[in-house]
Amino acid sequence: MLPHLNAAYNLARWLTRNDQDAQDIVQEACLRAFKFFDGLRGEETRAWLLAIVRNTTYTWMRQNREHAQNSPIDEEFHDHHEEGSATLLDQVDSNPEAILARADDKRLLNQALEQLPVEFREVLVLRELEDLSYKEISIIASIPIGTVMSRLARGRGLLLKYLERMN
Amino acid sequence: MTMDCKKTLELLPAHLDRELGLPESLEIEQHLQGCTACQKELAGQNMLRVAIKKNAVCFDAPSHLESRIRSALPSGNGKVNQRRPAKASSGPFGTWNWLNAGLTFATVAAITFSASLYLTSPTSSELLAEEVIASHVRSMMASHLADVASSDRHTVKPWFNGKLDFSPTVNDLTVQGFPLVGGRLDYLDRRPVAALVYRHRQHLINVYMWPMGSAGATTAGGRQTAVKTLSSQGYHLMNWTEGGMAYWVISDLEPRELMALTDILRTQVR
Repeated sequence: MLPHLNAAYNLARWLTRNDQDAQDIVQEACLRAFKFFDGLRGEETRAWLLAIVRNTTYTWMRQNREHAQNSPIDEEFHDHHEEGSATLLDQVDSNPEAILARADDKRLLNQALEQLPVEFREVLVLRELEDLSYKEISIIASIPIGTVMSRLARGRGLLLKYLERMN
Repeated sequence: MTMDCKKTLELLPAHLDRELGLPESLEIEQHLQGCTACQKELAGQNMLRVAIKKNAVCFDAPSHLESRIRSALPSGNGKVNQRRPAKASSGPFGTWNWLNAGLTFATVAAITFSASLYLTSPTSSELLAEEVIASHVRSMMASHLADVASSDRHTVKPWFNGKLDFSPTVNDLTVQGFPLVGGRLDYLDRRPVAALVYRHRQHLINVYMWPMGSAGATTAGGRQTAVKTLSSQGYHLMNWTEGGMAYWVISDLEPRELMALTDILRTQVR
């Protein structure tokens, strides 16, 4: 098994939301990565490979704009939470417990996560599914650690908001 | 018990992610014991995290993907995969195998740029700064800090002979608090450059230098420019030009201390 192949595919799959595109991206990223290393080993190379996967994905998204437009950012919706309340539970208008319960519905949760703007989706996937540290995420996504923290918080808040909008 | 609700709520996600230091976590725990509002928020955040971990699909790579990638990889001694031929192989250093590493880096650096172009359109010096950051981070990640690891300038400086078309200024600054760690070749601004690594306490500093092309020299106006500073992604960068050479210094060191090194380097060059 190529090291970190599942992690690479999972990230590309969540970013592109498409199996075939994710496969193409992972292949291209692996070929790039292999030019660097004799092989891919260890935890540091996982972060490095994921960084290449992420960059390849964004390049690819720019070249395939129709995909990028799949999730137009709802400016009003997001601006409203730019400075946002610090708490997760304040993100929703109705009973937060009831909305949180929706997160237990596998279908709704995945649907909401899929709709999340990509910059929040990627940090959540790296954190919750790949169990990466803030430091590793900051390297992969080329953002400061403080931004990792605030994006995770905002991403979780938005996720709850999306769950509220669903029925 | 100094922590209030505002501070607690701000740090709660990092606390849950176990990214806080022990003292802060303890303060949060203390605050939580006496604050039902924050307890409720903690429970909510925890519920959501657990639900994501449990329910979000973790996609496994399809079984045929690995063999597909393996067959696309260049075989050990066979012909190199030509999907992406290196364009600059006609350059004067075309046959040097280290240039391949540099070109590969340039490709990845280009990808990194395009990711940032996606959001903004940075100026060329910002792009170069991105390149310097990427190179610095990579030098820390891939255990490829130095091609020649030595604190002896008489070992490091001659090592560059025949590898570059200029002779970099190499000094051991141990006395000044910046011992030389070593040197390596890198690739920035579309050319091979010298990278010297210095250490200050536990911080590593990359110092890049290369002769500017005719274009760079004319836009710079004179032979010398003031030090420009920049901070990004937790790193501090300083750059200047002198005697037709471009210098970039980068580290996670405090700007004040990095400036001290920069001052030393500038006086050494003169």
